[in-house]
Amino acid sequence: MNAVGARATRVGERAVLVELAGGEETEAFHAELLRRRAAGTLPAVREIVPAARTVLIDGVADPDRLAAELPGWEVGPLPARVGAAVGIPVRYDGPDLAEVATLWGVSVEAAVRIHTAAEFRVAFCGFAPGFGYLTGLDERYEVPRRATPRTAVPAGSVALAGPYTGVYPRSSPGGWQLIGTTDTVLWDTGREPVALLAPGTRVRFTEAGATKEGGR
Amino acid sequence: MSDRAVAVVRAGALTTVQDLGRTGHAHLGVPRSGALDPAAVRLVNRLVGNPGTAAVLETTVNGCAVRTRCAVTVAVGGAPCPVRVDGRPAAWGTAVRVAAGSVLEIGAAVRGVRAYVAFGGGIDVDPVLGSRSTDLLSGLGPAPLADEMVLPLGQPTDTDEVVKGKGYVDAPPWPGPPDELVLRVRLGPREDWFTDAALRTLATRAYRVSPASNRIGLRLEGPALERALPGELASEGMVLGAVQVPPDGRPVVFLADHPTTGGYPVVGVVREADLGAVAQAVPGTPVRFTPVR
Repeated sequence: MNAVGARATRVGERAVLVELAGGEETEAFHAELLRRRAAGTLPAVREIVPAARTVLIDGVADPDRLAAELPGWEVGPLPARVGAAVGIPVRYDGPDLAEVATLWGVSVEAAVRIHTAAEFRVAFCGFAPGFGYLTGLDERYEVPRRATPRTAVPAGSVALAGPYTGVYPRSSPGGWQLIGTTDTVLWDTGREPVALLAPGTRVRFTEAGATKEGGR
Repeated sequence: MSDRAVAVVRAGALTTVQDLGRTGHAHLGVPRSGALDPAAVRLVNRLVGNPGTAAVLETTVNGCAVRTRCAVTVAVGGAPCPVRVDGRPAAWGTAVRVAAGSVLEIGAAVRGVRAYVAFGGGIDVDPVLGSRSTDLLSGLGPAPLADEMVLPLGQPTDTDEVVKGKGYVDAPPWPGPPDELVLRVRLGPREDWFTDAALRTLATRAYRVSPASNRIGLRLEGPALERALPGELASEGMVLGAVQVPPDGRPVVFLADHPTTGGYPVVGVVREADLGAVAQAVPGTPVRFTPVR
């Protein structure tokens, strides 16, 4: 249990931006905000938007007061990992898979094993509704964005950039390295919840057909 | 069967369904969306007896036309423009009763950019995440209007008879479209990413509304803001009115359809009360930023 030790800055008339040391501290602070909101001890807010190393709290009646209080908060640990992670079956057939394997210095088969062995967590969402930035790969597996973004990345593409894995909820331009494809629907406005992935959701990628075929 | 609906005769340059927006989902990457001029939406809705949250049409520059399939009370406000019902001039800025089967024509804006059209009962397309707004950044909500599209209307409250009855406002004060935008801006959170000279430039120099402006952002022509820190910022949450500065140094003021996160530094945030006028500022309109605490 640490005091948050964060910098809290006013943003406009009604928001506070909290800056944290890193990704884990950000996830823990975000979880603490949700705990306090659920417990009714957080003043009414409209939006809580986690990002890479910040959390934006928007729609606050008295942002100066909240910004003054935040650095003194005790932040609990990340919530216990209860229940199963969301499973996303992937066909590892992406056009950039071989290049990613080369960047990692492993075979394509080993790259797939690395990606399916990791447990991921949605650090934050953005870019498009339902697009999650998933952390969980070891630091040494960070990859750059493609030098030239693609004008159209198909929906369901599983992709890597920097420390993150993401799944494109719909076709859009994109600069991430495409390693595979999933049929899992990430975003469906006719479903509750509409987003399969929300900040904090745990995810495991499995090789589609791998169980039936007994692996590759 | 009641056929409470209007059919689109002329969609116009860009006409969308808008209400007061889709808040509370930014953490899923969902923009707030909603009308660029919310005060105009509240007023046209009030004129026809709707709650302020009812969905209306937002036109861009050259209006639109619809044929009514039922008798309906309408009000056109926002940008001043000619209004015609079956070719005859009708009142702008107040409630008008339109018979079934009539063509309601919203003409090109005489001044300003966006007209708002309220129908008694509101436009009753299916809401998405609590809002009927068209979000042009992420494609949520109904598609922009197209010719022959049919828009269902909701059941009016009993105040649909406002034109004949009591309690309606017949002469509301409409703010005129701006000859100059004066945007009060509170510096931060990333003003330290800019040189002192850049902050002086922002506070003192004249900008102009760029024709590249849209529902996502007000783009500006004018002096570039010089960065004190190079490099990229890790993506962080963005608010309405954020003045984001991309690598070319020309500030962009985030409007309703803005992305929920971004990686360019935000030098300051414009007061929400000043953004309604932005909706009505034509390209070339002078813009000044006034720093406030």
